[in-house]
Amino acid sequence: MAGLTVAVQGPRTAPRRVRRPLLSLVPALVVGCYLLVAAVGPVLIHYDPVHTSLEDRLLAPGSRVSGGGTAWLGTDGLGRDLLAQIVYGARTAVLIGVSTVALSCLVGVLLGAVAGYFRGVADAVLARIFDVLLAFPAILLAIVIAGAFRRSVLLVVVALAATGWITFARVTRGIALSLRERPWVDAARVLGVPGRTVLARHVLPFTAGPVVALATLEFALVVLAEAGLSFLGIGLPASTVSWGQTIANGKEYLETQWWISTLPGIALSLLIVNVGILGDQLTARYGRGRSDRTG
Amino acid sequence: MSTGERDLLDVRELYVTYGGRGGGRRGGHAAVAGVSLSVAPEETLGLVGESGSGKTTVARCVAGLLRPRAGTVTFEGRPLGRAGHRPPELQRAVQMVFQDPRSSLNPRMTVASVIAEVWRTHPVTAPEGDRTEALHRLLAAMGLDPDVASRRAGDLSGGQCQRVSIARALAVRPRLLVCDEAVSALDVSVQAQILRLLAELRGRHRLAMLFISHDLGVVHQIADRVAVMRRGVIVEEGRTVEVLTAPRHPYTRALLDAALDLDDPVPGDGTADGGAAG
Repeated sequence: MAGLTVAVQGPRTAPRRVRRPLLSLVPALVVGCYLLVAAVGPVLIHYDPVHTSLEDRLLAPGSRVSGGGTAWLGTDGLGRDLLAQIVYGARTAVLIGVSTVALSCLVGVLLGAVAGYFRGVADAVLARIFDVLLAFPAILLAIVIAGAFRRSVLLVVVALAATGWITFARVTRGIALSLRERPWVDAARVLGVPGRTVLARHVLPFTAGPVVALATLEFALVVLAEAGLSFLGIGLPASTVSWGQTIANGKEYLETQWWISTLPGIALSLLIVNVGILGDQLTARYGRGRSDRTG
Repeated sequence: MSTGERDLLDVRELYVTYGGRGGGRRGGHAAVAGVSLSVAPEETLGLVGESGSGKTTVARCVAGLLRPRAGTVTFEGRPLGRAGHRPPELQRAVQMVFQDPRSSLNPRMTVASVIAEVWRTHPVTAPEGDRTEALHRLLAAMGLDPDVASRRAGDLSGGQCQRVSIARALAVRPRLLVCDEAVSALDVSVQAQILRLLAELRGRHRLAMLFISHDLGVVHQIADRVAVMRRGVIVEEGRTVEVLTAPRHPYTRALLDAALDLDDPVPGDGTADGGAAG
């Protein structure tokens, strides 16, 4: 909002507004398409993972199915439509990605900000916890948690968030550490503004840029990790459609019926790559150190 | 050093150490090593010294932003703790103006919301009735136009930002204003305007000031008394005219030699210049 007026008035900030090539919009567009498919796709395409039609099994992309329709992307070993699986899988991936990142973000930003702003004992303890947890291989911890309990969507979210929040905490702590030295924070303290209010009003808003950039990158990792868990068969219940499960279902047919594993794999890779690039773009624009510019 | 009459601010044997470990902060670097000073009501004490001499550290201790390793800071005989742990009336009594005008204001907040935060924190000082009008009155007293209220720090000049900072500090009706290099980051012409504003407000609000600066010319214009700091200790203290015209300590003499001429007139009690200034 104010960024616009600043850009118009100050020659110092003007170069930031150079026209970016159209190509750089591609990642955002692709990710947007995925979100759209995840939101609307299941409404348009009906799919029941339990309903199997054995005469339609292992059909190549574009074949007619016994029901009269066309299996545009083929069918899997149990005669289930692959296009529908990819569309429903997109919804699962986005849902789990968003909720895991939201949970990690909430916990991480809160703990990181408290550690960085209040320092003292809280910081000493929290910073050590961050370091110790960071030394843990994230996917291994997720496998242990996901494997130890009954399969459910919530469990997968918790298992993935169990390590996801640390990155948020560390980044936020770093920003809070530098922000607490700013004169406007000192001024609020001299006025006697309570610590929680200072944190909420004078520190947290400035972490938004880097945290959003980080959330994007984290989203890609979570989607990948969820597919990994589902591939191993320890993540989601079998009734939930997931790219990881579809890929796992196709692994015995890789040589002859390649489409079963390959097509959801492509869907997964496209999303990961584009989210990753989008995250890098956001980091470049709102990453660390630029969080405090007027806006 | 004034004894006898009751001092407003009294700093005794202040020690501050940076770095080092443990409760006793062993092995750290002593920024302030036994500073004692006092400020009488409605008096301005200038604290001068080169960078690294510990003046800002003293200011931050008085404002409650730093906890000294040893020593006491009292206000009218009551101990001043850390900011946020002071009783509300003491919290209000000591306010501070910072060096960098732009970053003294939250870049995301409008001037109106900066002042509104002050009033929300100290409801006693909040104006009765129309707050917008009170805000405009406050801004006008600082020589600012009413339309500044809706702007953010990024849209204001350095002088305007510093006027807003002063407005924020004075909105809680303090008794002591700590100015930490409050004019050092400004252009010379703007510096003069802000100094004149401070001198005027000091008279109107019966303020005492702890005015920290490395600029002897500036201190000469505004301070009643001067304390000269070097390497964490006060080497000389006395009435401004005496210290700056007949220094006793060689360090003060060296500082004076390095400074420009001090023949600038002491600012009168003229009014602040128009709103466009700054």
